[in-house]
Amino acid sequence: MNPELLGRAFPPTASYLVGREKVREFARAVLADAPQHFDPAAAQALGYRDVVAPPTFAMVVQDLTMQQLLAIEDSGIALERTVHAEQRFRYSRPIVAGDELTAQLSITGIRAFGAGAMVTSEAEITDAEGAHVVTATSVLLVGGEVS
Amino acid sequence: MTSAPLELGAVVAERTVHLTRESLVRYAGASGDFNAIHYRDDVAERVGLPGVLAHGMLTMGLAVETIVDALGDAGRILEYGVRFTRPVVVDAEDGADLVVSAKVGAVDDDTARIDLTVTFGDTTVLGKAQVRVRRQA
Repeated sequence: MNPELLGRAFPPTASYLVGREKVREFARAVLADAPQHFDPAAAQALGYRDVVAPPTFAMVVQDLTMQQLLAIEDSGIALERTVHAEQRFRYSRPIVAGDELTAQLSITGIRAFGAGAMVTSEAEITDAEGAHVVTATSVLLVGGEVS
Repeated sequence: MTSAPLELGAVVAERTVHLTRESLVRYAGASGDFNAIHYRDDVAERVGLPGVLAHGMLTMGLAVETIVDALGDAGRILEYGVRFTRPVVVDAEDGADLVVSAKVGAVDDDTARIDLTVTFGDTTVLGKAQVRVRRQA
């Protein structure tokens, strides 16, 4: 695990346009039944422009930052030796179909754990106006080098 | 749609969900997480797992969806966090049954903490699964 990742500046991800059918597809996949995820009229009755994404949909956008992290040659992180230990989301508002979102990665913590490291990775997700939507935080248990 | 009062100790919602291998493939496609341990027995075995596992994020996602209809508006959710403590092995024939229960664990003037318990057989598979929500819609 490369300790210099802490505090490294990453570029924002390319924007992700949230589609209505993608929200419905994701909602079915997490066995959701709330009409606000499927029916635009139900979402509009709550004051939203279009269908509301399930709370953990933010992971789909956060994943773009995980791809950035895994693409770094000297990161010391290999997917097959990585365990997802913890996940958190902090919301300013729900993600809604039609949102154009970008995510900004930062590594906020690295601490030694056995032969490996516990890495805290944070993705700040903002909308097209630059307003905060959700911050997604993952704690990854990254295994040591395989000899 | 109901408006749960969110008093301390109140059960907000409960449900049992049945996961099959199809559920895992569906979640893989919807989320983009195509790690093969979630659909291939040979790969799961090779890396030393007890079997094909449900995605932790699927368990996290279906757990919180248990309360969205009761809350009435997903926008009441301010924070949600879990620790992935135990795997959910999804048998090719029998699948896996998860029991989700959501109970108010703490309240203050404006917010409530809803504790989610997800049980698979005799084990609890998420640790500190907590949702902080606005008490009023």
